[in-house]
Amino acid sequence: MAKPLLDIRDLYVQFKVYGGLLQVLDGVNFRVDTGEKVGLVGETGCGKTTTMKAILRILPEPPAVIPRGEIFFKGRDLLNMKSAELSEVRGGGISMIFQDPTAALNPVFTIGQQLDPVIRYSSPQNRRLSKRKIREEAIVSLREVALADPDRLLDSYPLQLSGGMRQRVCIGMALATNPELLIADEPGTSLDVTIQDQVLRLLRELVEEKQTSVILITHTLGVVRETTDRVYVMYAGNMVEVAPTRKLFANPLHPYTQGLMQAVPKLTGGGIAHGIPGRIPEYLDPPPGCRFHTRCPQVMDICRREKPPHFGVDGGHQVACFLYDKDAG
Amino acid sequence: MSDEILIVDGLKKHFVIGYDGTVNRRPITVKAVDGVNFEVQEGETFGLVGESGSGKSTIAYITVGMYQPTEGTMHFRGEELFARSLERPLHLRKEIQIVFQDPGSSLNPRRTIKQILELPLRIHRPNEDRLHEVMRLLDMVELPVEYMHKYPQMLSGGEKQIVAIARALATNPSLIILDEPTSALDVSVQGKVINLLIRLQRELGLTYLFITHDLSLMRNVASRVSIMYLGKICEVAEASRFFQNPQHPYTQMLLSSIPVVSEEEEAAKPEKIESTGEIPSPVNIPTGCSFHTRCPHVMDICRQVDPVMVDTGPGHTARCHLFEQPAELAAPTLAEHSQTVAASK
Repeated sequence: MAKPLLDIRDLYVQFKVYGGLLQVLDGVNFRVDTGEKVGLVGETGCGKTTTMKAILRILPEPPAVIPRGEIFFKGRDLLNMKSAELSEVRGGGISMIFQDPTAALNPVFTIGQQLDPVIRYSSPQNRRLSKRKIREEAIVSLREVALADPDRLLDSYPLQLSGGMRQRVCIGMALATNPELLIADEPGTSLDVTIQDQVLRLLRELVEEKQTSVILITHTLGVVRETTDRVYVMYAGNMVEVAPTRKLFANPLHPYTQGLMQAVPKLTGGGIAHGIPGRIPEYLDPPPGCRFHTRCPQVMDICRREKPPHFGVDGGHQVACFLYDKDAG
Repeated sequence: MSDEILIVDGLKKHFVIGYDGTVNRRPITVKAVDGVNFEVQEGETFGLVGESGSGKSTIAYITVGMYQPTEGTMHFRGEELFARSLERPLHLRKEIQIVFQDPGSSLNPRRTIKQILELPLRIHRPNEDRLHEVMRLLDMVELPVEYMHKYPQMLSGGEKQIVAIARALATNPSLIILDEPTSALDVSVQGKVINLLIRLQRELGLTYLFITHDLSLMRNVASRVSIMYLGKICEVAEASRFFQNPQHPYTQMLLSSIPVVSEEEEAAKPEKIESTGEIPSPVNIPTGCSFHTRCPHVMDICRQVDPVMVDTGPGHTARCHLFEQPAELAAPTLAEHSQTVAASK
């Protein structure tokens, strides 16, 4: 089997805050193969963005601490890299698109001024690009994201563009470095449905064309279903289920995933499920054993004591829940 | 036929955002709501759907009296609702309440839940035993009574929104405007809030004007649905009819853009209409039909003449030239029209 592009093993992330230690990531395992589109879903505050920031090493340290774990990108551990090597990874290896394009773009610089350094520093072999050459490349990258009149756009400020256009600029910027891995953090959430549809369609076409691997973070299950090959479901800093997208949607196994699926309002009607009772636990003092046991409708004794390992169900479908422990009978 | 609780007729709200020119200064206006008619029946959930900037929240704010309409009238049970909230008679203010989108900013962080719930009681029901009423309200929305001593920031997002609902209920209203009540919440919490709203409606005989951009949610709560685009209503229909047989091209585009989670839903969506173009700025609304810049069925007439609402079935109206009956020949159905468009390509 081919080596994975990104391989996170047993990652722990904690935050030192006034009043104690927030134990956010609790042994996360995560893998992306070359050319694969992976989804990551979960509620607000479950650690999705923390995981991604840990990959890019843009977590503020302190207060963040990474006591254990490894993050391999193309076989090299990102956690042991020098900052020069990290710059190289960020420059050409991994790019990220953030949720809110308005916050991701600097309001006092033009689009051109913000694209310039991205292009200048992403091509190490010809670092001495001329101004004109950079502008040409910038126009190409804006044209790629289907923006009309890129020449004029380069001289406009972010606030002169609509939300959809700003997100396209961010995508263009992220792809201008020709990354091998693109992390898209809720790329459509702040946009309207029809515009979100356009942006996601564009993203799918571009990554298809460039053979980029993608991690799509979202809490909208429908978006994951339409875009990804494989999905991780995250709850309170744990990966609770992973499966090929079709399998997960056809047959969700973890009680949390099931609750989440039922809670989504269906276009075919039939009312709305009551959702999952309770709320995500405090990270200051997470519940022992399975972190979901406080809200689980099928909780057993063992769940309160032991943390469930991942049980393989079939072909790539794994679930961290004692209900699927075959040995226990 | 049941009675109408709210009748909106020719409602317009234009905001002046600046002036153009130096000598003959012309106002630059945003036409947030531009000629809207609808009526809400007693006891129903009337859904108002639209993308951002379509004017849905402006309608909500006019209804509760936060804005004065530029033109048009609103009648609540036969009484005209014209004045701003403070000039509006107390009994009308009591009957119409609102729940806002973001419970984090609609609850005062320096007041306890008890104080928050007492304010409407003080004004509208001064002779009641307030402590008893606060306890009754909390009980009604299934929150523990101890919560009355908490501050909003001690509650989760869903609980805060439930407090906002209890506050709206405090005056014993008949019409509640729900302005995106769950869009700031996670799906796992949304279900709880929506089911609470449905139960309260049944028990108290409430009427809801439900505003959201989430069509899947709308399918499950509304009895009738209307779609807004750039300050105008494009289509109104019974919920089941609306989703099975959408008529307006914009509705079809919206429905086919929704990401869904199952095969059955995929099958229920109309044939994929790829969404194109941007939503035009409400300062510069296109001439004719405002949707013509993005419409897959655009005709010459659409660029010049703004269509009017026409009946396309029982209780189903759409505002599109495709359905208008020309003098002699009957308008082509949408299916026929798509064929002619396809043939001409």
